[in-house]
Amino acid sequence: MDVKVKILRYNPEVTEDAEWVTYAVTLQPTDRVLDALHKIKWEQDGTLTFRRSCAHGVCGSDAMRINGRNRLACKTLIKDLNPDREITVEPIKGLPVLKDLVVDMEPFFDAYRSVMPFLVTDGHEPSRERIQSQADRERFDDTTKCILCAACTTSCPVFWSDGQYFGPQAIVGAHRFIFDSRDEGTEQRLEILNDKEGVWRCRTTFNCTDACPRGIEVTKAIQEVKRALIFRRV
Amino acid sequence: MQRHQYDVVIVGAGGAGMRAALESSKRTRTAVLTKLYPTRSHTGAAQGGMCAALANVEEDNWEWHTFDTVKGGDFLVDQDAAEVMCREAVDAVLDLEKMGLPFNRTAEGKIDQRFFGGHTRNHGEAVVRRSCFAADRTGHMILQTLYQQCIKQNVEFFNEFYVLDLLMVAGKATGVVAYELATGELHIFSAKSIVFASGGFGKVFRTTSNAHTLTGDGMGIVWRKGLPLEDMEFFQFHPTGLAGLGVLLSEAARGEGGILRNKDNERFMERYAPTVKDLAPRDMVARAMANEVREGRGCGPDGAYVMLDLTHLEPAHIDAKLPDITEFARTYLGVEPYTEQIPVFPTAHYAMGGIPTNIRGEALANNDDVIPGLYAAGEVACVSVHGANRLGTNSLLDINVFGRRAGIAAAEYAETAEFEELPERPEEFVVELVEGLRNATGSERVAAIRADLQATMDLNAQVYRTEGSLKQALVDIEALKSRFANVAVQDKGKRFNTDLLEAVELGFLIDLAEVLVVSALERKESRGGHFREDYDKRDDVNFMRHTMAYREVDAEGNVNIRLDYKPVVQTRYKPMERKY
Repeated sequence: MDVKVKILRYNPEVTEDAEWVTYAVTLQPTDRVLDALHKIKWEQDGTLTFRRSCAHGVCGSDAMRINGRNRLACKTLIKDLNPDREITVEPIKGLPVLKDLVVDMEPFFDAYRSVMPFLVTDGHEPSRERIQSQADRERFDDTTKCILCAACTTSCPVFWSDGQYFGPQAIVGAHRFIFDSRDEGTEQRLEILNDKEGVWRCRTTFNCTDACPRGIEVTKAIQEVKRALIFRRV
Repeated sequence: MQRHQYDVVIVGAGGAGMRAALESSKRTRTAVLTKLYPTRSHTGAAQGGMCAALANVEEDNWEWHTFDTVKGGDFLVDQDAAEVMCREAVDAVLDLEKMGLPFNRTAEGKIDQRFFGGHTRNHGEAVVRRSCFAADRTGHMILQTLYQQCIKQNVEFFNEFYVLDLLMVAGKATGVVAYELATGELHIFSAKSIVFASGGFGKVFRTTSNAHTLTGDGMGIVWRKGLPLEDMEFFQFHPTGLAGLGVLLSEAARGEGGILRNKDNERFMERYAPTVKDLAPRDMVARAMANEVREGRGCGPDGAYVMLDLTHLEPAHIDAKLPDITEFARTYLGVEPYTEQIPVFPTAHYAMGGIPTNIRGEALANNDDVIPGLYAAGEVACVSVHGANRLGTNSLLDINVFGRRAGIAAAEYAETAEFEELPERPEEFVVELVEGLRNATGSERVAAIRADLQATMDLNAQVYRTEGSLKQALVDIEALKSRFANVAVQDKGKRFNTDLLEAVELGFLIDLAEVLVVSALERKESRGGHFREDYDKRDDVNFMRHTMAYREVDAEGNVNIRLDYKPVVQTRYKPMERKY
């Protein structure tokens, strides 16, 4: 099928302003948006620039705004996009655009790193594994699925308008440890999230939950962290 | 151009690279250079588990695991290395748990274990539950956990830095040259130790489970230095790739009870491996599937694939143990695994061969001598713990055990060694490579050459090989080399020039495809993942030996591949017929 793909192009080496460019591509309905981008890059215009790696939704490289919604290009099939009309592709919002669909990921990873996203334990290590019940393991399962693609954070209106807010992903990253029965860093982590630019900035618009390509209930995780802060227990 | 100096430089930030970094950065000043962001590495795509004889759910011991690894590798495994890996597996899993990895748990709260192909109790008696796992996203959890520990330990990363050359002085490794994607700037890293942990080269094939970025850069760099590559003819084809796409569906699907069926709905693996059936090693299952298709028992309109049947499993069990792969089937093929069988066909998955190392992770210049300062671990390396065919889960094990070992060895060497003087104009080779491609005015496009390379490799060097097919592949590769000399890129800029880097990566792929095919031509036997229809038996008299390939340039400047051989280390297991 013949499809038109409209892409927001930007290369500061060439011009100061971003501009929409439309490409005509022949695709299968079951092709991914990533296949469309590759066809354009490989057959029409080699300067088109985007990140990608695994191509099946596990590495988190290719989050972009497709028809106005944050998704992974490798997990979005053409047939699911109403391909009779132009498909629009633009970079995720709220992070500086560096070239075409490539944004500066450093502020995003800085936010993640700031919430102590690692297991904190006291005392002597056991000689075998720590014991954890199946129910305790299940408690934080949802947030272990995060692939750090930034689809949630860059769909958040608070994140767009406020240069300071951690964004939903960092809270997901903290949630994964706050609700892990083996972790002993909860107090410190909650203090970080209690900051005025922390968890309280969330306005529960649910954009993040809709955007997550892994199906994580991001807004629910944020609410659970808020409750933990209010009641000071998890 | 910028210059940097570190005691240890690690190239690659997948499981092996980050496991190495956790060790070396505790001991010495360490930098990790990666062409991606660390969490994008393909370790994250591994699904089914990591085997270790914890004996949490049934009797097991590491000696049985060693035997399975040796037999699974069709006796080409270096047995001293397999012993090290399987013995240290238990601590490797426990270490990850202590770092926070969220393993699935037993009812008693211990790490849960499940069945996996080729892993047996008491030397093949029956299948055994040995694989430690986190649903079907074990690799994801390993990659995330190691990255989290690197954050905790303040490991220094250079993200989106493409290492393109290794610097050597008088036979010692002394640094690397890297290209920064964001700016196009070159960086010279002087180091006492360099660890390559840059992964495999699955992109030489069209149908592959591998990421677009798995282009064999590490192996290619070492190859161009005239250093050997070992056992490159052994490439694993994973039985269950999504048909037509190659996206991986974990062997855990069969570990949890999934069954392969042909168009007659027959459980055909009963004919090929009566004892362990669908849980035979991957090379045997992949060949059986390809054979079913060749003999007309394939499914679909063209009879081009077989079916993976999960429909007899409880949906709740599928959701708990196999959530990701069933979602892949729904997303990409529109198949509902609760009620429908999933079309599958073998997909190029894993390089058993690579940079030869010893059990400390030290890279070898030949059969015996180490290269001072150079280390390798993970898929880029060949220890050889996988021999002619890797068992499922042993790659996640390999990266943890040998990543750790290489990190320790590299740091210990750096603590005693001095920085060496770098060559004059260390960037020279990379400048010529990169600027040559950037300024080239040819008429060929990178993508077209790459597609043709992948097509000939799929057709001629896949599950079934013959002298004729391999010679055809060589002819095709020769033609592709000429075309590559006439390639041009469209993006001439400095900033995020992925067009340019795809051309560089294609250069590595062409080199490695040729090494694979030349090595495969000379191995006139069938062993593990290398199956020759014209020599369909294993030949221990002539070929119980590793292939060592060298790139040589003669006086006229012609490049030739020279093959040499290295003995297999055998300790306690004598070669036997491989039946399951």
